[in-house]
Amino acid sequence: MLTLITFLPMLGVAAILITRQFAGDQEGQDQTARIIALATTLAVLALSVLLVVQFRISESGFQFTETYAWFAGLNYRMGVDGISVLFVLLTAFLMPLCVVASWRSVTNRVVEYMIAFLVLESLVIGVFCALDLIVFYLFFEGQLIPMFLIIGIWGGQNRVYAAFKFFLYTLLGSVLMLAAILAMIGIAHTSSIPALMAYHFPASIQTWLWLAFFASFAVKLPMWPVHTWLPDAHVEAPTAGSVILAGILLKMGGYGFLRFSLPMFPQASVLFTPLIFALSVIAIVYTSLVAFRQTDMKKLIAYSSVAHMGFVTLGIFSGNLLGEQGALFQMLSHGVISGALFLCVGVVYDRMHTREIAFYGGLVNRMPIYAAVFMLFTMGNVGLPGTSGFVGEITALTGAYGAATWAAIIGSTGVILSAVYALTLYRRITFGELVNPALAAIGDLGRREALIFAPLMLATLAIGLQPALVFHITTASAEHLVAAYRTATGR
Amino acid sequence: MSIAQTLMLAGPEVFLAAAALSLLIWGAFARRSGEVFTWAATAVLVLAAGLAVVTPTGRAFGGGLIVDAGAVFAKVVIYLASAAAIPLGQRWFARRNDDRFEFPVLVILAALGMGMMAAAGDLISLYVSLELQSLALYVLAAFRRDDARSSEAGLKYFVLGALSSGLLLYGASLMYGFAGSTHFDIIAAAARGAARPGVIFGLVFLICGLAFKISAAPFHMWTPDVYEGAPTPVVGFFAGAPKLAAMVLLARVLVEGFAGSLDQWRQVLIALALISVAVGAFAGLAQQNLKRLWAYSSIANIGYALVGLAAGGTAGVQAMLIFMVLYVIDVTGFFACLTALSREGRPMQTFADFAGLMHERPGLALAMTAFCLSAIGLPPFSGFWGKVFVFKAAIAAGLAPAAVIALVGSVVAAFYYLRLIKTMWLDPPPGATDAPAGEARTITYASALFAFPLVMAALVPLYPAARAAAAALIQP
Repeated sequence: MLTLITFLPMLGVAAILITRQFAGDQEGQDQTARIIALATTLAVLALSVLLVVQFRISESGFQFTETYAWFAGLNYRMGVDGISVLFVLLTAFLMPLCVVASWRSVTNRVVEYMIAFLVLESLVIGVFCALDLIVFYLFFEGQLIPMFLIIGIWGGQNRVYAAFKFFLYTLLGSVLMLAAILAMIGIAHTSSIPALMAYHFPASIQTWLWLAFFASFAVKLPMWPVHTWLPDAHVEAPTAGSVILAGILLKMGGYGFLRFSLPMFPQASVLFTPLIFALSVIAIVYTSLVAFRQTDMKKLIAYSSVAHMGFVTLGIFSGNLLGEQGALFQMLSHGVISGALFLCVGVVYDRMHTREIAFYGGLVNRMPIYAAVFMLFTMGNVGLPGTSGFVGEITALTGAYGAATWAAIIGSTGVILSAVYALTLYRRITFGELVNPALAAIGDLGRREALIFAPLMLATLAIGLQPALVFHITTASAEHLVAAYRTATGR
Repeated sequence: MSIAQTLMLAGPEVFLAAAALSLLIWGAFARRSGEVFTWAATAVLVLAAGLAVVTPTGRAFGGGLIVDAGAVFAKVVIYLASAAAIPLGQRWFARRNDDRFEFPVLVILAALGMGMMAAAGDLISLYVSLELQSLALYVLAAFRRDDARSSEAGLKYFVLGALSSGLLLYGASLMYGFAGSTHFDIIAAAARGAARPGVIFGLVFLICGLAFKISAAPFHMWTPDVYEGAPTPVVGFFAGAPKLAAMVLLARVLVEGFAGSLDQWRQVLIALALISVAVGAFAGLAQQNLKRLWAYSSIANIGYALVGLAAGGTAGVQAMLIFMVLYVIDVTGFFACLTALSREGRPMQTFADFAGLMHERPGLALAMTAFCLSAIGLPPFSGFWGKVFVFKAAIAAGLAPAAVIALVGSVVAAFYYLRLIKTMWLDPPPGATDAPAGEARTITYASALFAFPLVMAALVPLYPAARAAAAALIQP
């Protein structure tokens, strides 16, 4: 089942390559590629929904496990638990939207674009399902390639610089993690993730291993001060690329902390918790202030992502159930909301080809539906009760309060700061008079765009009003994680 | 041991020598080397690889020639890599109206020398085999005698190569003087007892001489110039197989013979490895010519392989062997691609030449992308697996700091490979390329397929084969 979900997009790639030979002219090839990509991503979504439905929520261990021996003692091992299963669903949920969002806005090398996205989907799902360190690393590192190409080929003006920065930053973090992975295999003589979670590494080694993993995940998440690749990458990436980057790729950092750092190196995690908390609150406050000063819409949202990830790390390292649950929820919610916000930017960018905030103003006069949609996601970003953003932030902060009051108090100013920058952005773009004559003819959301936003709005409100939908699935695994963490650290 | 048995053990070598001489006579009388000649030479090497597999194991010529799993492993890879070089080179020279029958013969002689290096059991056979392959390679580097660059490359290679041979001989003489024998096992036994500074001194010279052959920094100075000047298919040949041969020889001498002096030679190897990685990574950043770039890339790669060797033990040698095999395939493929491409009859060598290759020759551009990604060490490409085993062995041997430095070096090096990918994928093409050469394209695609995704399946048999080879190499 998991193997099928993971590699189904690869089948889509094969289908695109084969039909390309028969599709005739360029236009025909492009259209076929789009249709196949959409069909494949929808099939993956259907399978993922099936996966979640069949998921037994009362169990804390891994389910749907598959193991095949490979070579040199390595195993191809897959499985999901309550922590990872929802990320699979999130990925499968966002991918068809990305394909639809790129339907008309990407006209250059469409076939390659769709292939890159399908490969990316396959690798991302693989990251969340892998239960073997080497297999995990294969997927984790492999997605640098399609992402490099997506930013580099279909990005904006300064795309080459951004693509290089993205690649090299992430690679540097990853090779350190690779060294740690090899060391772990050398010590524990296994690369199986469940076995390593039960293995107790000596405390002195834990520190080094933790730091190496931290290097990778902190860059990926990203945490202050290694976040600087993110604004560049976001600004230059095409809309769908930003959605994937913010919606899913960043979540791998948080997922990594939950899957590796906490359960495998509990003593080191305790040791470094003050560091994480300090970096998190700096991220929340500092990047919120930076976001406020941005003149580029995408950059503003990118910085806001860094700030929101600060809540995630606060929650994860609080080491209690509320914190873990809140961090997980926040990651899912941010995946939906930030993805939607980038799509909102994409809507006006497709029409006007600029992301300058000053260029816009008074859009509500011409695009009332767009204004309403944008409003909902802005509110979600701010964390208004009723939206999913609220649940994630409040839970994560409550968890952090239990662990370190000071961090929670400083961190909660982030909620106010996010209101400052998000509402300012919203006001400057939608409200006021329509001064810029270039905007006079701008049209409201088309049917295709509405189709993209509908599921996102639905998701934001559904899990915002009924958080139990998520918590039901995550609770058993999160409880297990916290219990093991408590036992290991004696707290 | 009877003569028949001895000759049986030396079967592949005898066959290759006889074949090389026959081909030489054939070529001299036929005047012109045709297709049949090229394919006959290729077939000789493939046959020799087959012969190497079925040869019984043992020691011949009083221990001068060792036939064990390690030697067989190396021989098969060396002969096959050499076999790929012959059609590549001969067609490339033919397109430049410069094809001569000496080329296949020289490649076979070089392969013979390399195979003997991997099987050398004493200092004499070490030196003879090393010189046999080196002399053949010097001539190959200068093969385009009307081309000043090629002659310069050959001369440079020869002068510096002679210097390194001198170093090696000096080291060998010291070892012989202090140990009283040229046999590796007797020298090893002498080194095992009380510390013999003379033997260690000789060992360091020996390592320096071999470091030159594998172009490990700081003995790498000749590499970029020679690679740039020598004919492209020849570079593809001597950037790969000879280094594998020299590494196997190093493994046999150090890990087997001087296991007792591990601490002495390990620090030398680590220093060589880390300097190589740093030089390869940083000096490569400034290169415009792809052949020079790949010279620095090969320096860095040798650095990783040396990290594996420095780890020692079966795991370290095995990792080094896997790494080198994957590297040889990568290099062969990359240079096959370079030989395939030209723009208006001019070979494509600089970054600017490769702009927009993805639009014009998507197949070759994809293959080159695969080689670059593999050289970065990005999964799931073959280079990744090589690095995984090397660094795993190094960390297990307590060399974690060296492994981390080498890994960080690989991130620096990633920049120039990415730059090539960027040039091919993102830059606008300056003009049309010529139709690529068929045989080079075939070899490029085959190597690229191996680099990804065949490597995942190929490792299943390669891993135990390398393990058996490593076990044989370190067991006296």
